[in-house]
Amino acid sequence: MPMDARDIEKLILEALPDARIEIRDLAGDGDHYAATVISEAFRGKSRVQQHQMVYAALKGEMGGELHALALQTSAPE
Amino acid sequence: MSDDIHTFIDDKVKSHDIALFMKGTPDFPQCGFSGQTVQILNYLGVPFEGINVLASDELRQGIKDYTNWPTIPQLYVKGEFVGGADIIREMFQSGELQTHLTDKGIEVKQSA
Repeated sequence: MPMDARDIEKLILEALPDARIEIRDLAGDGDHYAATVISEAFRGKSRVQQHQMVYAALKGEMGGELHALALQTSAPE
Repeated sequence: MSDDIHTFIDDKVKSHDIALFMKGTPDFPQCGFSGQTVQILNYLGVPFEGINVLASDELRQGIKDYTNWPTIPQLYVKGEFVGGADIIREMFQSGELQTHLTDKGIEVKQSA
């Protein structure tokens, strides 16, 4: 079942309140998204750790409800 | 996760320099993200073991639990998880993947 971009944003913000988030619906089907997430919480973390933090925020939706979310994460410049 | 599947994954990860858990096979990827990762590895000319997670539901779930990573593909180099499709693409584009492989003693034929 598709997931709304706003729901994705909300879940990420619950876990990373300072995050700047940009979500694009790639195919217009509510199922394939690309997200850029910038948060201070990522500083000093490896990319794998950063992505794991976002996946944790999505509470199991990733790979389930949400089929594809291309992720790009970083700490603020 | 059953012990059997954990042992199976552990063995694949540790017995191959590069192991790619993917949907489909390297010749016939069944998902765009898996296909893209195969293309990158082929471009770099590095040998790798492709493991088709669609072969068993237990494996498909097991690999997600193994590294606490919810998506496929998953790339392991010398027993260590490097990343999923996004990270591999980012690392390839920045040249980090090539450096990472070389540092691990794997010869890369092409540098982007």
